[in-house]
Amino acid sequence: MTLALIILRSLRQHALSTLITAGSIALASGLLMTVWTVKTQAQSAFTRTTTSFDAVLGARGSKLQLVLNAIFHLEASPGNLEQADYLYIKHHPLVKAAVPIAVGDNLRGYRLVGALTEMFTDIEIAPGKKFTLEPGGRIFSPMAKEAVAGSFAAAKLGLKVGDTFHPFHGLDFNPNDQHADLYTVVGVLQPTNTPADRVVWIPLHGLQTMNGHDPKYATQVSAVLVQLRTPAAGFLLDLMYNKQGNRLTFAWPVASIIADFFSKISWFDRVLALVAYLVALVATASVLASIYNSMSARQRDIAIMRALGARRRMIFGAVVGEAACIGGLGVAAGFVVYFVLFTVVAGLIRAQTGVVLDVWSGGRVLWLCPVAMVALCALGGVVPAVKAYRIPVAETLAPIS
Amino acid sequence: MNPPSTGPLLQISGLKKSFSSPEGGPRTIVDVPGFSLAAGAQLALRGESGSGKTTFLHLIAGILAADAGSIRIGDLDMAALGEPARDRLRASAIGYIFQTFNLLQGYSCLENVVLGMAFGGKADRSHANALLDRVGLSNHGRHYPRQLSTGQQQRVAVARALAKGPRLVLADEPTGNLDRKNARATLALIRETCREHGAALLLVSHDPEALGAFEEVRDFADINLAVKEAAS
Repeated sequence: MTLALIILRSLRQHALSTLITAGSIALASGLLMTVWTVKTQAQSAFTRTTTSFDAVLGARGSKLQLVLNAIFHLEASPGNLEQADYLYIKHHPLVKAAVPIAVGDNLRGYRLVGALTEMFTDIEIAPGKKFTLEPGGRIFSPMAKEAVAGSFAAAKLGLKVGDTFHPFHGLDFNPNDQHADLYTVVGVLQPTNTPADRVVWIPLHGLQTMNGHDPKYATQVSAVLVQLRTPAAGFLLDLMYNKQGNRLTFAWPVASIIADFFSKISWFDRVLALVAYLVALVATASVLASIYNSMSARQRDIAIMRALGARRRMIFGAVVGEAACIGGLGVAAGFVVYFVLFTVVAGLIRAQTGVVLDVWSGGRVLWLCPVAMVALCALGGVVPAVKAYRIPVAETLAPIS
Repeated sequence: MNPPSTGPLLQISGLKKSFSSPEGGPRTIVDVPGFSLAAGAQLALRGESGSGKTTFLHLIAGILAADAGSIRIGDLDMAALGEPARDRLRASAIGYIFQTFNLLQGYSCLENVVLGMAFGGKADRSHANALLDRVGLSNHGRHYPRQLSTGQQQRVAVARALAKGPRLVLADEPTGNLDRKNARATLALIRETCREHGAALLLVSHDPEALGAFEEVRDFADINLAVKEAAS
């Protein structure tokens, strides 16, 4: 109780420096938790997103570009495949399912993806989970000018069942490049927390034959999403398409391609983490400096307490405890910083990729970082605590006039 | 409250304390061959500034460690104890009243009094309130020292010194910063409250008026041989 009273009064007596120092701890811990959580969650979410498909078949080019384009609906398509290529892999005995998609148009920046109805009736987007429509909606008819909007795209575009729209040509929105075709929204998908939420789905035939598209490409597809019967099938198809062939690219295994991608940009993670660690270090040093600098002003109070019977170790503990409390206050405020930063970053990632990150799924960093920060602050308090410990009582209590 | 007793509470023998002098070499400040104070007694020591009175009180309180000798307070020899044990003894048995009050400015008057007993293991707020009431500051518990007059501040210091129920109260020029009226009142308060609590009182001062309030007054120079040596 006495120790708590001493710590509380000291924090109050030095309220300004306490607030400033706690603020720097808040920024440091918030930044550290955000960087760490976004990094681990993004990696895990991107890898998890790919688990419903084993591979992507597309035009010759980068595997990563193919995966980003076909699964994450990012990047441009590296080119098209002929109908025969799609049919070949669809009927290949090693292939469980092959789902073609076509891209090339958008609705005010949100990508239109041409697909078959099997995408919604047969394919599991996650184990045991298929696309589900919001009440009142249905899947588009394969030959009709109808659309099914992903949840995020529908919310952002304000689409609901019965709305109509004219698609825009290209993957980037250009208001002057509008198609004459008129599509009607017949369904809105429930959120899947995958990139599919950012897409407006239309029939494959519709996208292939869109008014203004070159008719000679009307049977081509942009990519084929593939589910294999066995893992070994991937080796054979990889050999066939990538090593023996030179016309198409078989991006397999998808999860490994994404993991490679994250591995290639891991230097960026490390730089961010380094910055966060440095900020944490500076914040800890600020605790040390702020208490140490105020030690001259505290000397007399400490000497008085010693004269009243306070032991050196209690004074030492009070200073270390004060530093830990500043750390604790900072970390508590750090959760607010973390929440705000994470919400902004997660919002950006969702808007750009459709991948949803959960602010409360930070895992062990959400307790490890606060504990480490408080421990570091307490450690920062040791230096001024030693100074307090050594204060000579009799000399300090000499009368002042 | 400690029961009044005439037995010896404080017994000092062969007490010595030296400091390094600016010229180099040790300079003896305190050299007290023998001194005693009975439990519940009240004694004033007369001494000029610089005569080592404060050092003497610091030695008794265990704030300073003695170079030689013994300072028996009850059954314990303060001079033979290590610093943590001296702190414990001071926290439980000795009240200290300073010339400059030495109240903690960031703490309320009540908290100052509570801290006076807290380091000895007690933190009884109702007892602290009762003491503030006794020194005439019943409505000032939540005030901060800066909000009080100097006389009121010294009364808080008196309450703080008595909070732990000490057997011995040391008062170092307690009226040195007060005007004559406040000095008289404070001195009377210290003596009365010490008597009420059965605490022995050892006061040092150079103020004739303060010393005049005591039945028993001794010259510090008669006790401390270092004063005579310095004079010669």
